[in-house]
Amino acid sequence: MIVMEDVYFSYPSGVEALREVNLKIEDGEFVAIMGQNGAGKTTLVKHINGLLKPTKGRVLIDGVETTKVSVAKLARKVGLVFQNPDHQLFSETVEEEISFALKNFGYDEKTIRERVDWALNLLDLKEYRKVSPFMLSGGERKRVALASVLAWNPKIVILDEPTIGQDHRQKERLRQFILQLNRQGKTVIIVTHDVEFVAECDPKIMLMRQGRIIAIGGAKEILTNENLVNQASVALPEIAKIFKGLEDFGFPRNVIDVYEAADVLYERLGG
Amino acid sequence: MAIIEARGLTYTYPIGEKPAFEDVNLKINKGEFVIITGPSGCGKTTLCRCFNGLIPHFYGGKLEGEITVCGLRVREHPTYEIAQHVGMVFQNPENQLFALSVEKDVAFGLENLGVPREEIRKRVDWALKITGTYDLRNRAPYELSGGQQQRVAIASVLAMNPEVIVLDEPTSFLDPMGAEQIFEVINRLNKDLGITIILVEHRLDLISKYASRVIIMQNGRIVLDGDPRKVLASEEARLIGVGIPKATLLYKILKFRGVNLGRTPLSSDEACQSIMEVMGK
Amino acid sequence: MSMFDGFKFRSVSSSIHQMDPRAKFVYVCVLFSVTVMFNNLIPLLILFLIQVPLVLMAKVQKEWVRSMKGSAMFAVIIFAMNLLSLYFYSGYETFGSVLERSLAMTLRFIVLIQTFSIFFLTTSPDMLGLALEQSRIPYELCFAFTTAVRFVPVLAEEAQTIMDAQKARGLELEGGNFLKRIRNYIPILIPLIVNAIRRSLELAETMESRAWGANKNRTNLYVLKMERKDVLLILISLLILAVSIYVSMYVQIPSIIQILTS
Repeated sequence: MIVMEDVYFSYPSGVEALREVNLKIEDGEFVAIMGQNGAGKTTLVKHINGLLKPTKGRVLIDGVETTKVSVAKLARKVGLVFQNPDHQLFSETVEEEISFALKNFGYDEKTIRERVDWALNLLDLKEYRKVSPFMLSGGERKRVALASVLAWNPKIVILDEPTIGQDHRQKERLRQFILQLNRQGKTVIIVTHDVEFVAECDPKIMLMRQGRIIAIGGAKEILTNENLVNQASVALPEIAKIFKGLEDFGFPRNVIDVYEAADVLYERLGG
Repeated sequence: MAIIEARGLTYTYPIGEKPAFEDVNLKINKGEFVIITGPSGCGKTTLCRCFNGLIPHFYGGKLEGEITVCGLRVREHPTYEIAQHVGMVFQNPENQLFALSVEKDVAFGLENLGVPREEIRKRVDWALKITGTYDLRNRAPYELSGGQQQRVAIASVLAMNPEVIVLDEPTSFLDPMGAEQIFEVINRLNKDLGITIILVEHRLDLISKYASRVIIMQNGRIVLDGDPRKVLASEEARLIGVGIPKATLLYKILKFRGVNLGRTPLSSDEACQSIMEVMGK
Repeated sequence: MSMFDGFKFRSVSSSIHQMDPRAKFVYVCVLFSVTVMFNNLIPLLILFLIQVPLVLMAKVQKEWVRSMKGSAMFAVIIFAMNLLSLYFYSGYETFGSVLERSLAMTLRFIVLIQTFSIFFLTTSPDMLGLALEQSRIPYELCFAFTTAVRFVPVLAEEAQTIMDAQKARGLELEGGNFLKRIRNYIPILIPLIVNAIRRSLELAETMESRAWGANKNRTNLYVLKMERKDVLLILISLLILAVSIYVSMYVQIPSIIQILTS
């Protein structure tokens, strides 16, 4: 379980990036942290694996304060996949890249081999085992980065802006993959401003603005609340925009999914 | 009159085994607003590099076929000459700004061309005002948000007074608000200034309503090319896996079930309108 | 690192900030030569004091004090080294004169820091780049300079992000023997270098797309013009130079000890 109690954080330059953050994420939850660029989303998740320590307040992972544990130790439980895979790829082969963390964590040779095989399989990268990660396309590099974090099977997986630069098919595959991870019991946290992606995933949402969490709730209630959405400088999902325009005609307001929208409209407009 | 014309265009990167795109036949007329989309790796990014001469001059490789841009045969003219007619805006806003102040960045192209100082000043101010970045002119690039940076990049290209502006996934790194602002600026350039726009994009929800034409590429070939309302609503587009606008998808699902909304909507506003019309309101 | 704070440009609107960098550069060169010319405490003290009003006029007192504090450690080292070597090796008669000489050497270091500090605190990198351009240095070099300065904060931030990303995969940067520590930096250096190369390719694409190389005679949005106060600064600097040369050649500079005991 992830707990943040009254967390404040300021960067050395003096910029206050987090204010009065209180949250609780239970094991197995699926959460999306949303807000515009600069709202503090990445700063917040960096507290979960201890990369940043709060200036005030406490962050507890499974009851242990992050200030009392090293980042390496926390990383075993909390896998953080950064936005840009090129910030972590450095090995000669994909295989080596995936085993990097496993070696750091002190696994034995046999376990490392097993986990690498498993990760390659999971992300459809078997054909690239001996290929240099630098030779792969953008989307493939993203998968390698993901594989190298999942390899050690952390129980909490955080993905920072996973949809940037992805085309429609890739996003769809990512969505399925995230839901699969969550079904396996992992706590999944995504940091994103991609409203359409979140609307399709339907997670719990924590909305941020200027370092504060201004709302916590289900995707349907938050993403159709125009007031909140404007405050966080996020956009309404397209379907929600359509239903906003139809609100005077007795349509429900909390529709964000295109198939549900089709059902509702079909009922009203007949066939 | 065709401002960009390509015939049988095929290109292979220097280290490529197979062509990045092949047999591209394309005619783009002055004033069009063209969206090029398609799955990753379909060749769209490579294709737009041909429009300002980066291919073949900067990238090398093998370019076969013919391509003429603003009357210039791309193979026969250096990039710096073509760049005066075709401006290009790239994906990453940060790597397009290298001066220490916004207005110096916008002036960069004009300085390279040897334009006299007073003229540079006039054009820089003009470009800044059109993109809504005039108030930012003395700021340093790293102080700006991604959306602001990208607007400055557009201003830098605009200052050179090109007839065509090509934008390669300019909103990739931007949040929805930033993206919307960029699309509004681009639309203004097209509708108010008559600049031909070629936009490579994945995020079609916000931009399709402005376009006059949509081209879909797959595996290095153009597979669909035409009216946005036909192309985006087609079954082929769905099969290729392009992220068509939600409004259009909704229209398709309802049509399949027998509810016809009339004209294919490209935006949430249009969908809303169509639904209200069907309800008789 | 606080010593380096005294060399980072601080944007303030002051008369010194607006002065032509070329005039300031002449001033710096003169001050540098003059500082090196003297071994005696009194002229160095004068040089130190005449620059203080400049610091105040430039409104950069805070940064300047910080750089003074930062260089204090070096100053102490210089003082101690001079004291010891002079005492044992140069046969000066009194401890007093040895002390004075060591203080003078330390002050020389401080005056140099002070001079360069004033220059860099009050001259923005783009003014510097512009001065370079107008001094007929090839544009490619000036461009390389300003672009480098522009991207230093970006690269620094990227280095931090890379470190975070690798720490999040269990990389431990502290501890272990020297060799191991160096090896631990490979996962940081490689992404840094690869990204820097990628970035420069993207920059090159942008430059080409903005007609780089179109005209051998590049024009410029800004132009540096020497104003009256810039010429004045140059004249004053030359005057200081002339006086100092005269004094160092013809005037017997008394030591403080001599003044105190006479």
